[in-house]
Amino acid sequence: MAFDLNTLWFVLIGVLFTGYFVLEGFDFGVGILLPFVAKEDEDRRMVINSIGPFWDGNEVWILTGGGAIFAAFPNWYATMFSGFYIALFLMLFGLIIRAVAFEYRSKSIEPSWRKTWDWVIFTGSFIPALLWGVALANILKGVPIDETMTYTGGFFNLLNIYALLGGLASLTVFTTHGGIFLALKTSGTVRDNAIAAIKKVGPIATVMVLLFAIGGYLFTNAFASLGVNPGAIPILALLSLLSVGWLINNDRFGWGFIMSAVTILLSTASVFMALYPNVMVSSLNPEWNLTIYNASSSPYTLTVMSWEALIFVPIVLIYQGWTYYTFRERLTKETELEY
Amino acid sequence: MDLAVALARWQFAVTTVYHFFFVPITLGLSVLLAIMQTAYYRTNNEMYKKMVKFWGKLFLINFAIGVATGIVQEFQFGMNWSEYSRMVGDIFGAPLAIEALLAFFMESTFLGIWVFGWDKLPKGVHLASIWLVAIGSNLSALWILIANSFMQQPVGYVIRNGRAEMTNFWAVVFNPHIFEQWPHVFSASVTMAGFLVMGVSAYHLRRKGKYHEIFKTSFKYAAIYASIGTILVIVNGHGQAQHMVKVQPMKMAAAEALWETEAPAGESMFAIVDRANHRNFVDIKVPGVLSLLAHNNFTDPVRGINDIQAEYEQKYGPGDYIPPITLSYWLFRIMVGLGFLMVLIALYALYLTIKDKVDHNEWFLRLLIPSIFLPTIAISAGWIFTEIARQPWAVFGVLKVSDGVSLAVSPAELWISLIGYILIYGVLIVADWQLMVKYAKKGIEDEESAAHQPAPAHA
Repeated sequence: MAFDLNTLWFVLIGVLFTGYFVLEGFDFGVGILLPFVAKEDEDRRMVINSIGPFWDGNEVWILTGGGAIFAAFPNWYATMFSGFYIALFLMLFGLIIRAVAFEYRSKSIEPSWRKTWDWVIFTGSFIPALLWGVALANILKGVPIDETMTYTGGFFNLLNIYALLGGLASLTVFTTHGGIFLALKTSGTVRDNAIAAIKKVGPIATVMVLLFAIGGYLFTNAFASLGVNPGAIPILALLSLLSVGWLINNDRFGWGFIMSAVTILLSTASVFMALYPNVMVSSLNPEWNLTIYNASSSPYTLTVMSWEALIFVPIVLIYQGWTYYTFRERLTKETELEY
Repeated sequence: MDLAVALARWQFAVTTVYHFFFVPITLGLSVLLAIMQTAYYRTNNEMYKKMVKFWGKLFLINFAIGVATGIVQEFQFGMNWSEYSRMVGDIFGAPLAIEALLAFFMESTFLGIWVFGWDKLPKGVHLASIWLVAIGSNLSALWILIANSFMQQPVGYVIRNGRAEMTNFWAVVFNPHIFEQWPHVFSASVTMAGFLVMGVSAYHLRRKGKYHEIFKTSFKYAAIYASIGTILVIVNGHGQAQHMVKVQPMKMAAAEALWETEAPAGESMFAIVDRANHRNFVDIKVPGVLSLLAHNNFTDPVRGINDIQAEYEQKYGPGDYIPPITLSYWLFRIMVGLGFLMVLIALYALYLTIKDKVDHNEWFLRLLIPSIFLPTIAISAGWIFTEIARQPWAVFGVLKVSDGVSLAVSPAELWISLIGYILIYGVLIVADWQLMVKYAKKGIEDEESAAHQPAPAHA
């Protein structure tokens, strides 16, 4: 692994995606669990308000990730975003309706209005949580890309078994992650229901992640090129997921959340490590892979962007961190709710 | 024209125009809210707090749909304009990434702090949070306009390795075009917020309810704000137009439906365009005024469309370098005409405020309500004009629109997404409209808002 600007930006984009999945991951999980852990209106509001101060700032991580891919690897941006067109459109549909739903949901007292927007929150969380796994799996597996860096596969190509395994893995992991967040941030019936949900979904997530890892050997070259021992990071990812189960069963939700976040971090890192130095794999011909070199911007642009990142990423981490500290209190029945 | 290109263009136009229905309100109202909350911070007068919370509620309803319609934009360049992204991404990607890293994070994070932090944070910190929302959202406008400015007037680049590559980041950031464009967009947003607050205040002033004083104060703020906005938007717009005469002469010739170079050039007041024959059937002009507007004198020539077309064929090869003239001409006129109408309305509102005669002017208060939409129409007309009249170029002189479209996306997929966005946005706009009207009419509440009212027992 050469340490050059291209590698640096590959890593930075990995960091942005990791941050996104760790943060928005629990937003998705909370949204997915909403109709199930809360039946009364006040409980539903508690669930929505638990991520109230955070969800919008969390979502910016993917806007930054997308922007960073555009700036650092324009060919990757172009090939992936145009190639995965309908899948991205569906994901955007979810993100769009969810964004409006948080704000609009409680602004009328009509039960039918509120119930509709609750299902919008669910749908708008479910779709991206599923599709991110599908997207990452397809990137790892390789898709038909020709010599002009154009994707030639269509939509249904993306719905292969490996991709569906990836989607179910991300869906269940995010749901569990969101459930643990609720266990930390809510109280009463909601909290009890969230804990029950984690205990059901968590084991499923573990199985899905295992299947996805095995699938990596069956369907991609990426892990095969690493050998039977995929290396420390993927193994640690699986171990940390198992530790989540143990911690939850011992009512250690704070540590459970930390290890759930670590799982997502290590899993995302595994994907990026397996991908390196490619950014998109061509299933037609390895010579047509997009790499961190043939897909990148000029050295000048990478340098300029590096200064930007160096200055602003720490600032963002500080003030976003401060937000989580400021709103760290657990919500109770007495808490005043803005959403 | 190629169907794929046409559909992609329609989709970009629809999604961007929809997005920009809401963004100017965010840009202008965020600053106004910060000003109002500063007054609260300084005076500790609960009236200002109620004021901020009321206008803040409308702000939040609008902000949500602004964000929702904005997410698409970040992705659309890659999704629908992959070849554009490859060609100019080395330059264009950087401002977008910076916009997200610097501005989106700031506005989104601090908005969460502002909404949820009223009773939690020290008042100074809470005030700072709304200022950071205002600064963050306006910074995001600045960076996306820097990107757009590159399309209008490419600078700081060289063609190398089959694409445009950035050679000077500061040249890109300090593009002469941005100095005209950003102030114009910002003043337009100030205008938008001013008219929104004036209109909703007018609705309540006529009803003389319990919080009459709050709406009178809001009206005063808005009248000053709108007056500043409308005057500046015209001044900045004039500057931008003069700049465009030099940098994109075809755009300004299209705005005037000026087919033949004229010296001195007359300002067209009414024209019916004969596109096929490169002339106008009808053209009623005021002599000399176009030269005055373009060059500050009554003598200098203004170049005509035909002349510029010939030059571009020499420079860029055979082709049609003429944008849609009828549309450009009328959209420009709508924008400018409404601009002048709005400055009259704003100044009259300011006059009434100074003379303390606002309450007595029934007809004017009623006029202010539909006037809320004048800035929206003018802004939309302006944006559609400036983008359409740059055609056939996506990046002027560097890349044509037709060469930028995604190769991997079929017309069928385009129909799905185009119709999909129209439907989704349509539903969201209806919801947005319902809530805005409801909360605007509801006015200021004594106890907690509807958001705090529980629904009946079952969810």
